[in-house]
Amino acid sequence: MNMGEAQRQGVTSEHGSGASSKLIVESVSKWFRTPRATVHALDGISIEVAAGEVVCLVGPSGCGKSTLLDIIAGLTKPDSGHVLADGQLVTGPGRQRLVVFQEPSLFPWLDVFGNVMFGLKLCPELTNGERREIAHRFLVLVGLEKFERVHVHELSGGMKQRVALARALAADPQVLLMDEPFGALDAMTREHLYDDVQRIWRDSGKTIVFVTHNMREAVCLGDRVLLMSQAPGKIIQAFDIPLPRPRSIYDVDLVGHAARIADALRGTVGGGVPE
Amino acid sequence: MKRIVVSLLFFIALLAIWGIAASSGRWSPVLFPSPWSVAEYLRGALLDGTLVEAIYVTMKRLLVGYAIGLLIGLPLGLLVSSSQMLEDTVGALALGLQTLPSVCWVPLALLWFGQTEGAMLFVVVMGTVWSVIIATDHGARTIPPIYARAARTMGSQGLHLWIRVMLPASLPFLVSGMKQGWAFAWRSLMAAEIYVTILTGFGLGQLLHYGRELQAMDQVIGAMAMIVIIGSLADRILFSPWERFVHRRWGTNVK
Ligand SMILES: Nc1ncnc2c1ncn2[C@@H]1O[C@H](COP(=O)(O)OP(=O)(O)OP(=O)(O)O)[C@@H](O)[C@H]1O
Ligand SMILES: [Mg+2]
Repeated sequence: MNMGEAQRQGVTSEHGSGASSKLIVESVSKWFRTPRATVHALDGISIEVAAGEVVCLVGPSGCGKSTLLDIIAGLTKPDSGHVLADGQLVTGPGRQRLVVFQEPSLFPWLDVFGNVMFGLKLCPELTNGERREIAHRFLVLVGLEKFERVHVHELSGGMKQRVALARALAADPQVLLMDEPFGALDAMTREHLYDDVQRIWRDSGKTIVFVTHNMREAVCLGDRVLLMSQAPGKIIQAFDIPLPRPRSIYDVDLVGHAARIADALRGTVGGGVPE
Repeated sequence: MKRIVVSLLFFIALLAIWGIAASSGRWSPVLFPSPWSVAEYLRGALLDGTLVEAIYVTMKRLLVGYAIGLLIGLPLGLLVSSSQMLEDTVGALALGLQTLPSVCWVPLALLWFGQTEGAMLFVVVMGTVWSVIIATDHGARTIPPIYARAARTMGSQGLHLWIRVMLPASLPFLVSGMKQGWAFAWRSLMAAEIYVTILTGFGLGQLLHYGRELQAMDQVIGAMAMIVIIGSLADRILFSPWERFVHRRWGTNVK
């Protein structure tokens, strides 16, 4: 494969160029130093995401996808390179870039409603009545309006993830960083949420970076799918997905695109061993 | 309901066995008084005010010493948890001194402060502060970092992060740390009251001490019973509501 070309493909896209870029990740590298070893997690990652674009990241487990999202969110500092959001250097987390984390991140001392309200209470422009109304609306969206007063530990894994999704969406960030948010959900709920994410995206024009292991999910949601290599993580290939929206994961063209990416991924992991 | 009945029956049975043993006449009633004479003593002490006065004096010392212990121990524990250097220094000191039974502080306190309230307070604070530091330090280290990470991406920082996230996230260990501190404060105060015989206040421990001096076994056992009752009541009133809150919210210890 032609690495140089792939890298270029990853950097530029038909949507994003120059001024309209919402997010610019520029040659970001990251090492984790532990007493036993030094892990090279990310190696010179460059991504440009246009405003209102959905970019999906796929790659083998442990290739640094979560680390990259952390760096974009401002939770982790890169060892070299930098991230620009709206042309501003990212130096720390901010509520314009919300993360739906891979692991459960709800606060156990608050009930479901309280968890969704947490982010809203940090939006000074809203009144309390508006906050309650918004929180309720997003809990309806993820189908949990009957569980508003339930404690977090009484929810199933998938329900927790839906609350986390509602919490992130309710706070209305410009950029959503989603780390395998649907991993623990059943197929039906997941497909339901694909429709919701596409609708929300269409209505609000949010910029989304979406990490997933599921190729069809990536192709269904993404304007572009970026394929990462095994650690140290690099962007090795970028796929434009020119399918019309809303997309269904049962669409034949969509499955074709997914198969193409899955083939490429297999090439990075198993050295091209056919299945 | 059934649990209350069972534990009530148990204690009634215990009293009955004590009563039967005392009335069997095998032991001198001076050394082994019956439940009735202890109850009689407690009633008398309650009526003439000595018991109420002793409880008041003891509780005052306990609350003041405990409050000082918490005021020093909680922030210090948080500090220790946030720095490896403090962990290796202050943390190690706390770990060492915590193994020292609080009664061992009494000679030092007497030499430094003499027979004063200060000596008493010193022993209680020394008994409390180390265990609070250790419990707080340990707890703060076990808060999952994901809570702070999630909150920070939502725009929480500084004071808001501490009050709205770190404080509630630390409730489970704060409660157990404060509870442990309370238990240690209570034990140290009793040690101090028995050994520091001052005249500025006459607490439960001193009641116990003078019971021995006067060979008044009913007073000794009566004071012991009061110490047990107050200790467990304080536990119920001060800590049970918090523990229940934590269990309900965190889903720990659900049956
Ligand atoms: N805090 C850390 N300390 C040390 N090593 C870390 C740390 N976080 C991540 N790593 C290492 O960095 C690499 C990338 O981890 P990361 O979590 O970003 O992978 P990922 O692509 O999200 O994997 P998955 O798909 O399984 O979630 C891994 O090798 C991991 O062991
Ligand atoms: Mg991950």
